[in-house]
Amino acid sequence: MEKDDIMLDQLANKEYEFGFVTAIDMDISETGLNEDTVRFISAKKNEPQWMLDWRMKGYQAFLQQEMPEWQNFKMPEMDFQAISYYAAPKQQAKYASLDEVDPELLRTFEKLGIPMSEQKQLAGVAVDVVFDSVSVTTTYKKHLNELGIIFCSISEAVREHPELVQKYLGSVVPHTDNVFASLNTAVFSDGSFVYIPKGVRCPMELSTYFRINAENTGQFERTLIIADEDSYVSYLEGCTAPMRDENQLHAAVVELIAMKGAEIKYSTVQNWYPGDKEGKGGIFNFVTKRGACRGAHSKISWTQVETGSAITWKYPSILLQGDYSAGEFYSVAVTNHMQIADTGTKMHHIGAHTKSRIISKGISAGKGQNSYRGLVQMGPRAAYSRNFTQCDSLLIGDLCGAHTFPYIESKNNTATIEHEATTSKIGEDQVFYLNQRGIDSEQAIALIVNGYAKDVLNQLPMEFAVEAQKLLSLTLEGSVG
Amino acid sequence: MMLSIKNLHANIEGKEILKGINLEVNAGEVHAIMGPNGSGKSSLASVLAGRENYEVTEGEVWLDGKNLLDMKPEERAREGVFLAFQYPVEIPGVSNINFLKTALSEIRTHRNLPQLSAKEFLKMTREKQELVEFEAKLANRSLNQGFSGGEKKRNEVFQLAMLEPKLSILDETDSGLDIDALRIVSSGINKLRSTENAFVLITHYQRLLEYIVPDFVHVLYNGQIVKSGNKDLALELEEKGYDWLKEEFHGNAALNGQ
Repeated sequence: MEKDDIMLDQLANKEYEFGFVTAIDMDISETGLNEDTVRFISAKKNEPQWMLDWRMKGYQAFLQQEMPEWQNFKMPEMDFQAISYYAAPKQQAKYASLDEVDPELLRTFEKLGIPMSEQKQLAGVAVDVVFDSVSVTTTYKKHLNELGIIFCSISEAVREHPELVQKYLGSVVPHTDNVFASLNTAVFSDGSFVYIPKGVRCPMELSTYFRINAENTGQFERTLIIADEDSYVSYLEGCTAPMRDENQLHAAVVELIAMKGAEIKYSTVQNWYPGDKEGKGGIFNFVTKRGACRGAHSKISWTQVETGSAITWKYPSILLQGDYSAGEFYSVAVTNHMQIADTGTKMHHIGAHTKSRIISKGISAGKGQNSYRGLVQMGPRAAYSRNFTQCDSLLIGDLCGAHTFPYIESKNNTATIEHEATTSKIGEDQVFYLNQRGIDSEQAIALIVNGYAKDVLNQLPMEFAVEAQKLLSLTLEGSVG
Repeated sequence: MMLSIKNLHANIEGKEILKGINLEVNAGEVHAIMGPNGSGKSSLASVLAGRENYEVTEGEVWLDGKNLLDMKPEERAREGVFLAFQYPVEIPGVSNINFLKTALSEIRTHRNLPQLSAKEFLKMTREKQELVEFEAKLANRSLNQGFSGGEKKRNEVFQLAMLEPKLSILDETDSGLDIDALRIVSSGINKLRSTENAFVLITHYQRLLEYIVPDFVHVLYNGQIVKSGNKDLALELEEKGYDWLKEEFHGNAALNGQ
């Protein structure tokens, strides 16, 4: 066997680090989806009537939607009746303190490296943890409260802050947006809610950690972040799931709203179980993320490091409505083995003097297929708006694929759009050069890939940049000899 | 003896390129390997460093009593083999310093030396930069990215200074250098020479050998060392070219019935 093959083999046999299952008493609904399912979820969460009504609208829209067919892969068969739409650790009430949480659950979070107990916490990171369908704990709440910042589970927000939720939920991603968004509207179980009041700069990173544990369940979380005028928040989500032979669906919706002068920085490190080397199992990650720069001089930036999932279908987008608003999209997407990623962004320039910047770095190894799909749209009012797109693809080995689908529409002749694209292969020469300086191939690839992705990794908050670097190296371990 | 090459044969893509090389290098020595284009000089360097597309079909290579051919490229490097590349690659986004820190750490681990603290590493970096006249601003840039040809070669010598190998193989380090750069590179190498290490200089031209005076000069032709001598051989080659050696070689080959 060639050295390449041996190393590839080692990689293939390497187990997904977070693939364990937590043995815990679960409250799981029957599989299947109908109006009763929606009512059941709403009732479980003690929701008001308006919430149930909205869910029902989502369900009706879902029934009328068709599966999208425009992406660069064949949509897998999905049996929405075979999924359980609600799963929660049995001990249901929101915990008043960590002592009340099932110790098995705490051990899981420890294994995942989640800083649950306050003393172990990374300084300055407040964490909300969503385990299957319910939010388990939100740390640092008191400190945030003093500043008027609301950071809680979306279920809690529905109860405690109905006026905010009613006003903004579904205002960026309507319940009719696409089949997965409609489904999410109908059955979303939990997620995070953030409100930053006027003029407040959130002093710490806010973070949510998502974990799918139960079998045959889907995860449908909903995140809503509102940054009121002249406020600032940086938010990070991370995710893992156990290894299972069946595919599991993750269909989240994230909505961001930035008012005048506000800034939201949203970072994702996605490490859902990618399936095995033959492509068996893994998470289907069909996510709708969209932000609206509502006010003048507002700014939203999406940073994503996508290393997991069997299929990633995700286009974090920005509506640049306010004049002089700015949008950024920084992405590293890695596909190894049989993984598929079809990901990119949409920048809708609506206001005048709006700016957007897109940096996409695709990395394909094994038989992975990686597509960048991006839309840059300059509306009739988008005078003097600018976009810059840089879209790079890196290939490792010769069985993988990289594809680029940029779409550009301009209805304003004072707008400028720039697009740069490159495709390169990790050269044997590069690896050999590093070998010759005493660095083994795995480390060499890690160095090269991290160098390649540096512009994006630099956008992540410090602690997470380090994590993301490790994750990139792990995902690609041994993919070149 | 530091390096011992015995009857080394190697193929690339099925074509025999080294046809029985014999060479012995002791600590403290500088050997120059000269020869016309396509004679196998760079192939020899690649085989010693362990480049994968070469297949060794026969022969042995020993470094301080260890079988070099059994080792992966990174193990050879950690054992003290350094190749200054003819065409150093660019690696975008990887800082020169970060790369060197990683390399040095691997090498020190292998040699059972304690890791350097950040402060010690920086101090060493500064000293070596001065020694080989390498500009500090280049050290912080991405590895070779956007470097001129001369800057890349100087970076190779800077790395050599940092990693302190036993055996350094310089593959046409003089090519593409103007006279000032050649002087700087040569003086750097001269400062690094010691009784503990050895250098193999692969070059086309005698010019480099005016600055770095070799103890031995070997002529490689058609995958074999066809002549060895002292530094005067380089002068002779400069004056007479390689044709007389080719004729001599083919004459001998004919006599031997090849």
